[in-house]
Amino acid sequence: MRKSMVVVEGSYAVAHAVKVCKPNVISAYPITPQTHIVEDLAQFAADGEMNCEYMNVESEFSAISALIGASAAGARTYSSTTSQGLALMHEALFNASGMRLPIVMTVVNRALSAPINIWNDQQDSISQRDTGWIQLYAEDVQEAADMTPQLYKLAENEDILLPAMSCMDGFILSHVYEPVILLEQSLTDEFLPAYNPEFVLDPKNPMSFGAFADPSTYTEFRYKQEKAMGVALGKIEEIANEFKDIYGRYYGGLIDGYVLDDAEIVIMAMGSVIGTIKDTIDVLRSEGESVGLLKVRSFRPFPRDAIRAALKNAKVVITLDKNISIGKNEGALCTEVKACLYNTDTRVPVIGFMLGHGGRDIPISMIKKLINKAKLVEKGIFVESEYADLREDLA
Amino acid sequence: MKEIRIHGRGGQGSVTAAELLAVAAFEDGKYSQAFPAFGVERRGAPVTAFVRLNDKPIRLRSQIYEPDYVIVQDATLVDVVNVAAGAKPDGFILINTEKSPESFILNTKAQIKTLDATKLAMDIIGKPIVNTILAGAFAGVSGLIRPESIKNAVMERFPGKVGEKNAAAIQAAYDLMEAQR
Repeated sequence: MRKSMVVVEGSYAVAHAVKVCKPNVISAYPITPQTHIVEDLAQFAADGEMNCEYMNVESEFSAISALIGASAAGARTYSSTTSQGLALMHEALFNASGMRLPIVMTVVNRALSAPINIWNDQQDSISQRDTGWIQLYAEDVQEAADMTPQLYKLAENEDILLPAMSCMDGFILSHVYEPVILLEQSLTDEFLPAYNPEFVLDPKNPMSFGAFADPSTYTEFRYKQEKAMGVALGKIEEIANEFKDIYGRYYGGLIDGYVLDDAEIVIMAMGSVIGTIKDTIDVLRSEGESVGLLKVRSFRPFPRDAIRAALKNAKVVITLDKNISIGKNEGALCTEVKACLYNTDTRVPVIGFMLGHGGRDIPISMIKKLINKAKLVEKGIFVESEYADLREDLA
Repeated sequence: MKEIRIHGRGGQGSVTAAELLAVAAFEDGKYSQAFPAFGVERRGAPVTAFVRLNDKPIRLRSQIYEPDYVIVQDATLVDVVNVAAGAKPDGFILINTEKSPESFILNTKAQIKTLDATKLAMDIIGKPIVNTILAGAFAGVSGLIRPESIKNAVMERFPGKVGEKNAAAIQAAYDLMEAQR
């Protein structure tokens, strides 16, 4: 495997993955730390390496709007954004999912203003949770790249037809240089069929997309989106396995466990912090600690049954959130995990830790500290949810 | 795993140096990871970049707090940034300066190594670009990376005359520092 690896920037690996998926239309507006992805794609397009329309626009709102039109006309479409840019797309994100358009977008996760902060957390994509987009979170550069064809295949499935976000941590993954396998064109052609939607905007056969639904039909449109998410829930694992058969790489489907089965303390997280947690767990396991990891790869659709099954033997669960719902003092993963356990017998204590906001670094010592806090539950010391890395001198 | 921290100023190519070390180490059979300390880049402002080298794939994503090696591209940073912070006692701090190692009083047990990379750059490349030279010097002091691999990485990144001049400077820096290993 080493032989076919090259050391490239994370953004380049993702741009290259987009290229081999052969999108017909790309539209994006540059914003840190997403910039390198769209620069690389613009270069590919300008050099004639891609047979695609690269649309320069004046804002993220226009970028996603352009893709809604292009996707409705039957094009395979791509965009990438982050933070304020994603927030600016908010209104149109509902249109994309409601019109059942399988747009794929890389969200390079970054904090939201104010105060201005260009660094990583996941508040941006988490804040788009209810827009009806599929959301997967990548652990490393290879997974972020590999997610691209996986998401096209998923989104374009005729029983799904939903837009999808591939979420990768800003800077930590977008700006790192590490060995990756750039996706082969021939394997991608084998894995990802051409996009031939049944319904398209066509002057010869006029039809309306997302036109109007009064109270007698609106609920059923929403219900069908939910149903499509349900189909996606089953397909994500299936597509991950198909990807494994062709490319030989696998990261889990909806979730992935790491020394999980016998673990008394289970850490749950999404994104690039997974690698740091694995290294921490290796150290603690060698010291005899019963700690495991449950990586959540799919946040939407939310893998309720898979998580319930995976947590059956846990004594304490820790969730890590690079986001906060202000007013609830809790991150989204924490809220969702608690909710999915409520109607089961697995009423294991769940401690929610928020950390790594606005780019604050997460070292191994921090993960160890949180595991030590989880051990205090046995002694009856339990925190519901808190900021794990708060600077007391400023708080 | 070996960890390297690079201190420079915006515009000096610290991130490129980190990238070159990662590419070269991978060519030598190691796994590698290079990343910047994500500042708001401004020309002249202190910049930090990190490199990890290991025999197996690298999963750790945190910044580097206890580097085995430190590279300082601009000696004036020594007064501004604690370049020795967390440096491991059996490692080294490589500083670009015309001064001797003894003229730096740093709170560290790590060995201090110096090289006038700016002079070498002016003599061989004709411009005060020191990042590739310090990558070569690092290879010389540490013995962790072959100079050929660094030269290949530079030639790949900067093909033609620019790459050739840099490759010559890398070899010169490597030879000078290898003698002091």
